[in-house]
Amino acid sequence: MSTETTMTPTASAVHHHQFDVVIVGAGGAGMRAAIEAGPNAKTAVISKLYPTRSHTGAAQGGMAAALANVEEDSWEWHTFDTVKGGDYLVDQDAAEILAKEAIDAIIDLENMGLPFNRTPDGKIDQRRFGGHTRDHGKAPVRRACYAADRTGHMILQTLFQNCVKLGIDFYNEYYVLDLLLSELDGERRAAGVVAYELATGDLHVFHAKSIVFATGGFGKIYKTTSNAHTLTGDGVGIIWRKGIPLEDMEFFQFHPTGLAGLGILLTEGARGEGAILRNASGERFMERYAPTIKDLAPRDIISRCMVQEVAEGRGAGPNKDYVLLDCTHLGAEVLETKLPDITEFARTYLGVDPVHEPVPVMPTAHYAMGGIPTTIKAEVLADNETVIKGLYAAGECACVSVHGSNRLGTNSLLDINVFGKRAGKYAVEYANSADFAPLPEDPSKEVREMVERLRVADGPERLAPLRKTLQEEMDKNAQVFRTEESLGSVTTTIQELRDRYQNIGIQDRGKRFNTDLLEAIELGFLLDIAEVVVFSARNRKESRGGHMRDDYPDRNDADYMQHTMAYLVGDLHSANPEDHIRMDWKPVTITHYQPMERKY
Amino acid sequence: MATTAPEAPAQEVGAVQAFTVTLIVRRFDPEKDAEPYWQDFDVEMYSTDRVLDALHKIKWDQDGTLAFRRSCAHGICGSDAMRINGRNRLACKTLIKDLDITKPIYVEAIKGLPLEKDLIVDMEPFFESYRQVQPFLIASSKPEKERLQTIEQRARFDDTTKCILCAACTSSCPVFWTDGQYFGPAAIVNAHRFIFDSRDEAAQVRLDILNDKEGVWRCRTTFNCSEACPRGIEVTKAIAEVKQAILRGRP
Repeated sequence: MSTETTMTPTASAVHHHQFDVVIVGAGGAGMRAAIEAGPNAKTAVISKLYPTRSHTGAAQGGMAAALANVEEDSWEWHTFDTVKGGDYLVDQDAAEILAKEAIDAIIDLENMGLPFNRTPDGKIDQRRFGGHTRDHGKAPVRRACYAADRTGHMILQTLFQNCVKLGIDFYNEYYVLDLLLSELDGERRAAGVVAYELATGDLHVFHAKSIVFATGGFGKIYKTTSNAHTLTGDGVGIIWRKGIPLEDMEFFQFHPTGLAGLGILLTEGARGEGAILRNASGERFMERYAPTIKDLAPRDIISRCMVQEVAEGRGAGPNKDYVLLDCTHLGAEVLETKLPDITEFARTYLGVDPVHEPVPVMPTAHYAMGGIPTTIKAEVLADNETVIKGLYAAGECACVSVHGSNRLGTNSLLDINVFGKRAGKYAVEYANSADFAPLPEDPSKEVREMVERLRVADGPERLAPLRKTLQEEMDKNAQVFRTEESLGSVTTTIQELRDRYQNIGIQDRGKRFNTDLLEAIELGFLLDIAEVVVFSARNRKESRGGHMRDDYPDRNDADYMQHTMAYLVGDLHSANPEDHIRMDWKPVTITHYQPMERKY
Repeated sequence: MATTAPEAPAQEVGAVQAFTVTLIVRRFDPEKDAEPYWQDFDVEMYSTDRVLDALHKIKWDQDGTLAFRRSCAHGICGSDAMRINGRNRLACKTLIKDLDITKPIYVEAIKGLPLEKDLIVDMEPFFESYRQVQPFLIASSKPEKERLQTIEQRARFDDTTKCILCAACTSSCPVFWTDGQYFGPAAIVNAHRFIFDSRDEAAQVRLDILNDKEGVWRCRTTFNCSEACPRGIEVTKAIAEVKQAILRGRP
């Protein structure tokens, strides 16, 4: 596939490739985009992992769509739930698309072979999930299509299978580290990406007309997280370093039911099947906080209630530092057939059998609502209005915004399918009508210099303690509850860590499978992203959805009913974030639903 | 209330003591070493830690050059299949307490695939076998809604849908060790997943592929694969069902 290979004086081999469409990331959004793009344009998918290793595979509970297979439902109810679930910070035109196109997205997956659980009459079965309701909040509704508790696994496998069927070109274990932009016809456009090949240490320049970022989340800024080790926000970090804004970065979702102390996810589908959260005295505490839908309230609310129960001394266990997920009344059969994986996780990692005893759980960092701002066509925005031609983003790395300040469970597997497909479609449409934007002179220069500097870095600072401090301080200060004081404290920590990162040393000087080097690069992205998250959180002096400020406990629509837009300006390495981050706002698109008080 | 995880007291109630475990890891760096060699590392561990945690401790605290793959760390992504005390397992699903910690823990790369570096092998031959069995739904109809499938029809191939392509089974198979051309258990499992799916129309094509001399008949039913599968798939049974289907001439 290489059109030309050149050696630089310092001996990083650089290979050149040309494609119409290049997709970065091979999770659900990336592969769904590839299935759309592959048959219609010369397409490549570049992934830091083998595609089936992507974290879409860890999603468990389901994918929402108002199929109405088991009870009355409508996409309009789904739209409303999504808007209300996001505490009204959702762009409602995008939410309508999400809910409307959900139905085709499910049928597409079934037709591609996805083995959904079935109803007695052979249709796709559906179950309850948090925040999904009948008729605007009256009662929980069965809307989540599922395949046992490995729905994400089945989506990832099915999409990969169909990529194999279509003969999609994959570049596996290639780390994209830079985005190339250049001028064409007086406009800044996408021109390509630069990737580092793990196996060889070689660099690859991909010249492309359209580029789709589908790089997933960045949960590894936190210690307690359901996210994979590889979710270090590289894609979002690359976009940030290019001066493209990031939207709503303060909104991070903490999933209520992580295995206590470990953060491993236990699906909300368990509560969808009837499991109950209890405090130390056995009380079903969610009845107090959300009397109508109780344990099926949205995740932000449940996580806050859990932390509050523990803070007020009602936590369970020897240290009173967790609550309990009680599945014992569901029976062995439901657990073994509908929730087999989480049953095994509890047995394996905590030695607790959910059939007989309740499982210790606490919130775990799970999902970034914010990310790369896009239009409903998945086009990346350079500001509130201007599209960067040829650049697209979809999935967790993107912010459309269908999730607003808090995502509903089952809406992310939906998001990757609906907006992954859209990204592929519009990327092809553009590629088939546009010319290649010219590559900049010496396109691999920045990545080459970074790699060659880090490969020989012998400073006194080690990666692991820096990363550990970041993650622990983020857990302590920027988790479920935040204050000016806690955010100020972690701001100082991040500044210190960014300084120390400049004096980092690594041990592996080799070119083959140098994961030491890649972890150093990933830590750089984590530090940049954490800084934006915290800075955005300090700037929003209200509480909304996943962003709870103890010092500003109420939602404040008069001042904050708008999206955060953070811009990198000036020197990325300046010590004070105020010297290099500029905050702005972007209006929320409202179609039908005026903000109301959010009660469940 | 900003601090959600209260500072742990010096000695938590019911806290367990850390202890020292010796890991003996088979190292190989093609840029330096002519041959693989074994290296000892002592690490402080808790009984509920996983072997993956031990490898991370080595990499992060002692030797950054140690190379291994990992991602999700809870047994669903399939990155970290390796040989632990002579058995294929996922490092992230193997708890220290489930191993005999009075002895060193031996860790090496899975066998039968080309060794790249330390615990990393070349996965390409494995995925090539997978691709050869046409691991995707082949159905001519294009319905407007979902294809119907009964609960029983869906249950028929449930077990083999759990596969995470970690290669623990294939690389535990003695036939695969001696004959790298053999499709291996994982490819057969993924063929099984479609052969027995009521919606699929190409079972015969896959049965013909697996009737090849490098197909299911190479299986010697040693059950290594079933024992190795971290997802609990009855791999040997799935292979037997494919053999029976070939003999029957239909699924």
